[in-house]
Amino acid sequence: MSLFIAIVAGTIIAATPLVFAALGELVVEKSGVLNLGIEGMMLIGAVFAFWAVFAGLPMPVAILIGALSGAAASLIFGVLALTFMTNQYAAGLALAIFGGGVSAFIGRGFGSTPIPSLARLDIPFLSDIPVLGPMFFRFDPLVYLGLFMVVAVGWFLYRTKAGLILRTIGESPQSAHAIGQPVIRIRYMAVLFGGAMAGIGGAYLSVAYTPLWVENMTAGKGWIALALVVFSTWRPTRLLVGAWLFGGMTILQLQGQAFGLRVPSELLSAVPYLATIVVLVIISRNRQLLMLNFPASLAKPFRPSG
Amino acid sequence: MTPRLELKNINKRYPGVVANDDISLSIMPGEIHAILGENGAGKSTLMKIIYGAIEADSGEIYCDGNLVERHNPAISRQLGIEMVYQHFALFESVSVVENIALAMRGRFDLKALSEQVRALSQRYGMPVDPKRIVHDLSVGERQRVEIVRCLLQDPKLLILDEPTSVLTPQAVEKLFETLRQLAAEGCSILYISHKLEEIQQLCERATVLRNGAVTGVADARTTSSLELARMMVGSELPKTSHPPATPSSEPVLEVRGLTAEVAEGFGVSLRDVSLSVRAGEIVGIAGVSGNGQAELISYLSGETIAEKADTVRLLGQPAGHLDPARRRQRGLAFVPEERLGRGAVPTLSLQENAILTGHRRGMVRHGLLDRKKAAEFADHVIRRFSVKARNAQSVAQSLSGGNLQKFIVGREIELEPKVLLVSQPTWGVDVGAAAFIRQTLIDISRQGTAVLVVSEELDELFEICDRLVVMCAGLVSRPLETAETNREEVGLLMTGLDKTTQSRKEVDLALHD
Repeated sequence: MSLFIAIVAGTIIAATPLVFAALGELVVEKSGVLNLGIEGMMLIGAVFAFWAVFAGLPMPVAILIGALSGAAASLIFGVLALTFMTNQYAAGLALAIFGGGVSAFIGRGFGSTPIPSLARLDIPFLSDIPVLGPMFFRFDPLVYLGLFMVVAVGWFLYRTKAGLILRTIGESPQSAHAIGQPVIRIRYMAVLFGGAMAGIGGAYLSVAYTPLWVENMTAGKGWIALALVVFSTWRPTRLLVGAWLFGGMTILQLQGQAFGLRVPSELLSAVPYLATIVVLVIISRNRQLLMLNFPASLAKPFRPSG
Repeated sequence: MTPRLELKNINKRYPGVVANDDISLSIMPGEIHAILGENGAGKSTLMKIIYGAIEADSGEIYCDGNLVERHNPAISRQLGIEMVYQHFALFESVSVVENIALAMRGRFDLKALSEQVRALSQRYGMPVDPKRIVHDLSVGERQRVEIVRCLLQDPKLLILDEPTSVLTPQAVEKLFETLRQLAAEGCSILYISHKLEEIQQLCERATVLRNGAVTGVADARTTSSLELARMMVGSELPKTSHPPATPSSEPVLEVRGLTAEVAEGFGVSLRDVSLSVRAGEIVGIAGVSGNGQAELISYLSGETIAEKADTVRLLGQPAGHLDPARRRQRGLAFVPEERLGRGAVPTLSLQENAILTGHRRGMVRHGLLDRKKAAEFADHVIRRFSVKARNAQSVAQSLSGGNLQKFIVGREIELEPKVLLVSQPTWGVDVGAAAFIRQTLIDISRQGTAVLVVSEELDELFEICDRLVVMCAGLVSRPLETAETNREEVGLLMTGLDKTTQSRKEVDLALHD
């Protein structure tokens, strides 16, 4: 039983950085922009948040710094892709590589220095329920914030006018421009939001998940987040389910190793990535599913003059 | 009385073209005023200037006697000017009510707005389901959404650009009633059309444009069609000649009991559709758009593969399992309803677009493109169908809708197909060119091609078709000889059958009786 509890709780925790990063990217892509640089933004968020804790700043401030540094990194992409209308794939890849390098450079002195980790926030009463308490109500605040953000983003996209405008810009920036929407400005805001969310995702890794700085500690989570967005067919709730699936895969793989499962650990580490590909293939074949949610203008630069 | 809208000496020049040449006109409150002219006469440019979408080089616009100094669409809407575009500016991935909400000021309340939309659309006889995703709507339904969207703004001046081409005769009547009602309430209406009878029936005055200039302002009720046509075209209206058909005994295109279920909201299910087209005849499919025509056409073109190969037969052979390329290889040619994206690649040149379907006509040698051949072919189409384009290197999306349509129809006809499928052959094409396209369709059918035309313009179908079938709610009526039927009978088949209130059996009865 305790193993089961550990697996469920561990899954939810392991999914949290994915939830943040992918949810941010979902909003970016819904506006018709493809930012491939999640991995880089996560690393930048991770190293700056780590530095903040290291320097003795309070935890909420450190996480805020993680978010702001992620947003700042996304601004590089924004200027390239939105103002100068460079190829979005190239700009995003550049950011991914840039973030890896910059974070390694900044983090040179931090290697294997332990820091205090983000404290748990046990929900009063609920956390005392047997089984369910330790399974669902004894997490750090960021886990709860992640779940809240899923609901908030879903509400924003499908219940508010601003969300509707964002989605229509993702479908046809030309038409949105024609009815007077500030396409570029809204896309900037989406990109900054995506950067901040990736930054929090990265910060979660370095100050909560494993309170340590290790070079390239995201280990491909940014790319998984990118795949998750497609996996979710751009729907926040499905994205959460996907994040749990991949989080669960990671945890099972760790537990499998602990039990001495005789499968090479390298192969087990590859399972989430393989699963991503399988899922991508399956959903790409479902046209109806894609048609209604896919932002038609994704990755196409928009020139206001038409 | 001060005019609702007054234009004084509007000029607009594009490199090499004078789009609007010193145009003046005035519209009184509650007046229904027609703008009559061929494609390229400058109607669209003028409308965009009135709406503020583009700026005139010189000239003045007065609204209720006040000079409009700065102009853009937002100002238009403040002034109460609303426009129903010919090419709808709707977002496909969101619902009807969400599209409308984007244009509304005030609180964002989709539920209340849905109710308003439903009430308004019912009051004006334009049924629209606010919850449906626009992607699944036919062109006709999209137009209804556009009109409802405008009416929700309580416009003082409503501009409609060729609004009736997608409506049944009964619906046109209904629309006219709506417009008259609006006019009686004081709303001015600017009605753009090339259909003379409609203008005579609906409008008080007509301003006629030709080559960017006003050729006259006429009293629409008392001026004869002949006179109006002369002002518009500068000469007599061309008439199509229609020699009797001598169809083959065997059908060359046949649909046998085609049934296709589609999930709710993703189109119309086809129910036991059967029809046949023989070599040497033109068969028309009439019906309000969104009754299964699009689905049927995609089964015929091969864009959707049928479950049973035998449900679609081409030249006596089962063809339902073939992809579009194989069907084309057997002699099928196809002009889709959407010109950009489906009929032509918007960013490619005409020459390259010619290769897309014409590559079997010697444009590819040893796997390499023969650009010279392609250019010759494209140039030939441009000349024969008088497409207004600089040359074969012009990019498809730079052409006006009507001109691109002429190019695509021309391209397919030049392939000398055995079977030609045409969806909306003259949509947005000017009168002269439309007559030419119709005549060409008749001519190739008389030379032995089987032609199947889907059109929402009944006049067009009656002009060119030998037989007609009517589509309604995924069902196809028995074939009617054009000479032995009339608009009323066809109109009844088009509209009298409401799929929500009638069972399958009743629909069948009504269709076959």
